[in-house]
Amino acid sequence: MEYFLQQVLNGLQIGFVYALIALGYTMVYGIVRLINFAHGDVFMVGAFIGLYAIERLQLPLAAVFLLAVLGSALLAIAMERVAYRPLREAPKIAALITAIGVSLFLEYFTALRQVFGPNYYSFPRPFAVFSWEFGGISVTNIQAIIFLVTLCSVALLRFIVHRTRMGKAMRAVSHDHVTAGLMGVNVDLVISFTFGLGAALAGIGGVLYGIAYPQVNTFMGVMPGLKAFTAAVLGGIGSIPGAVLGALIMGQSETLTAAYLSSTYRDGIAFVILIAVLLLRPTGILGVPGTEKV
Amino acid sequence: MKKVAAVAAAFLILAGCKPQTAKEIRIGLITPLTGDVKTFGESVKNAFEMAVDEANKAGGVAGMRIIPFIEDDRNDPTEASNAANKLIKQDRVQAIVGSVTSKATIPVSDLAQSGKIPAITPSATNPKVTVADGKRKDFMFRACFIDPFQGKVMAKFAREALFKEKAAVLYDASNDYSKGIAEYFSDAFRLMGGKVVAYESYGKDDVDFSALLTKVKASGADIVFLPDYYNKVGLIARQAREKGIGASLIGPDGWDSPDLVKIAGEAVEGGYFSNHYSPDDTRPEVVAWVKKYKEKFGQTPDALGTLAYDATNLLLEAIRKANSGDPAKIRDALASIKGFKGVTGESAMDVNGNAVKSAVILQIVNGKQKFLKVVNP
Repeated sequence: MEYFLQQVLNGLQIGFVYALIALGYTMVYGIVRLINFAHGDVFMVGAFIGLYAIERLQLPLAAVFLLAVLGSALLAIAMERVAYRPLREAPKIAALITAIGVSLFLEYFTALRQVFGPNYYSFPRPFAVFSWEFGGISVTNIQAIIFLVTLCSVALLRFIVHRTRMGKAMRAVSHDHVTAGLMGVNVDLVISFTFGLGAALAGIGGVLYGIAYPQVNTFMGVMPGLKAFTAAVLGGIGSIPGAVLGALIMGQSETLTAAYLSSTYRDGIAFVILIAVLLLRPTGILGVPGTEKV
Repeated sequence: MKKVAAVAAAFLILAGCKPQTAKEIRIGLITPLTGDVKTFGESVKNAFEMAVDEANKAGGVAGMRIIPFIEDDRNDPTEASNAANKLIKQDRVQAIVGSVTSKATIPVSDLAQSGKIPAITPSATNPKVTVADGKRKDFMFRACFIDPFQGKVMAKFAREALFKEKAAVLYDASNDYSKGIAEYFSDAFRLMGGKVVAYESYGKDDVDFSALLTKVKASGADIVFLPDYYNKVGLIARQAREKGIGASLIGPDGWDSPDLVKIAGEAVEGGYFSNHYSPDDTRPEVVAWVKKYKEKFGQTPDALGTLAYDATNLLLEAIRKANSGDPAKIRDALASIKGFKGVTGESAMDVNGNAVKSAVILQIVNGKQKFLKVVNP
């Protein structure tokens, strides 16, 4: 039992990080119907900003997160302006291929020696690691920080989407961006904001990931990006609670497969679940056909 | 006029790929200068250039000046193939040193074989580098021992020197080196009466090992064998300690990098690993080598660099013996080398192109590698 709970906790840790990335996929999809494949790389850039902020600038942890949020958001807004906006009325496939191109560009451009460099860098721990024991289950302070930061971010996101004017505009654009524009909503601004918001969460995720698994390289976003994308589809792409739910399911299926079957089947089982869910419910667990929300 | 131009152009093309003059010999090096094992690649490049410079200063090899060609493979099998193709087809090298890790060297060995260019890897220890499906790739050699030996050495050490009963093994399922040595270690450990209580794999890009490590902890293992390169080992070791696993950590030669301690910190303190040589050895060859490497590069040479120095010198010795730059003749000379005295010890080529030589066991003490003992084959 203790073993099971310990593994569930391990699954929550990775699931929460996936959730932060999955939210970005789902929001961008909800508003412009685009799978932004470069999102995993925004996560990577967030981790590198965290690395520099801790190592070179020696900032306190809160400032590290703030810098990563700003940097990732700016990158995503620039990405949208340069690569996706000109293609907004183009066939969907053009935008999709552009997204893959942007993703590869970010991976290989940042791997240049003049940018982040092509090597593996160890991520400095801004604090010492310790753990609490609760009846045989140990919880590390890293896990506590991941849970806390993720829950706060998701709560803040819900507040923005449901309680602010900008959130209302986002939901309107997601329903019908032409009509929203006719009603006086600044569609371009809303879309930029959505990209920025999603990227900010990925940036936070990047820093948390760096702290939890202290090694970064410019290709580190590829696998978490794919997993988070899968999680978003599993939960119902376009749905915010769905992304979180999907990510938590992914995290649990990964760890529990490794815990009770074999780690070799880990990714296999996660994708079998995805296929099974899509066969039974093509919109994902919480997706609603036709009326996706931001 | 057109004809003249065509003839001139043909001449230019011919001149571009003119056969090498007898006065020079082209030798290629394939090594990971960037990526996840870059400290390996840097040491190898330093040592290779040192051996080449020394030979050139002494008047070349068999009367020929050595022209080196260096390629980066990023420790990626595809990049390694590209590098080997470029060296063989475009730079027209007559021999290759490389690559460094088993997973990158296996594709290089196939290309060297089909291109009939002799190649010697300093440090790829997987058996498949020189033999595939029971067939010897007769243009491929190595200057180091192989994984079955290394796995046995560490299993024996764990059983008979550390008195451990229950081993946990974690390996990278996508890496020939890691997978191979995990098997050799486990088989040997079982044969010697130990139990393998956890045998778990992970993927190349995995960074979260918490599920596996929780399993290892529950298995009650008293020793954890981590057959991988230093970057992964560092990550796993750190998470193992954070999960409260106190068991000793041991591993193979992939641990040999100054970066291991940088990544893992305290977590690998007291760990043991097998290696090809120790800079603390007091043999005169080792002392002289450590001194001249330190003078030139300001750091103690690791095993990778030392093996690269030996591998390059082995190749040069073969060229001297063949007294020719002809790849087939160099191959024959390499195959028949006996009693070659390198820094890592005396070695001979066995029928499979493997150097037969001893291993050393090192311990990490206060963040530094400490020489423990030599194990003979």
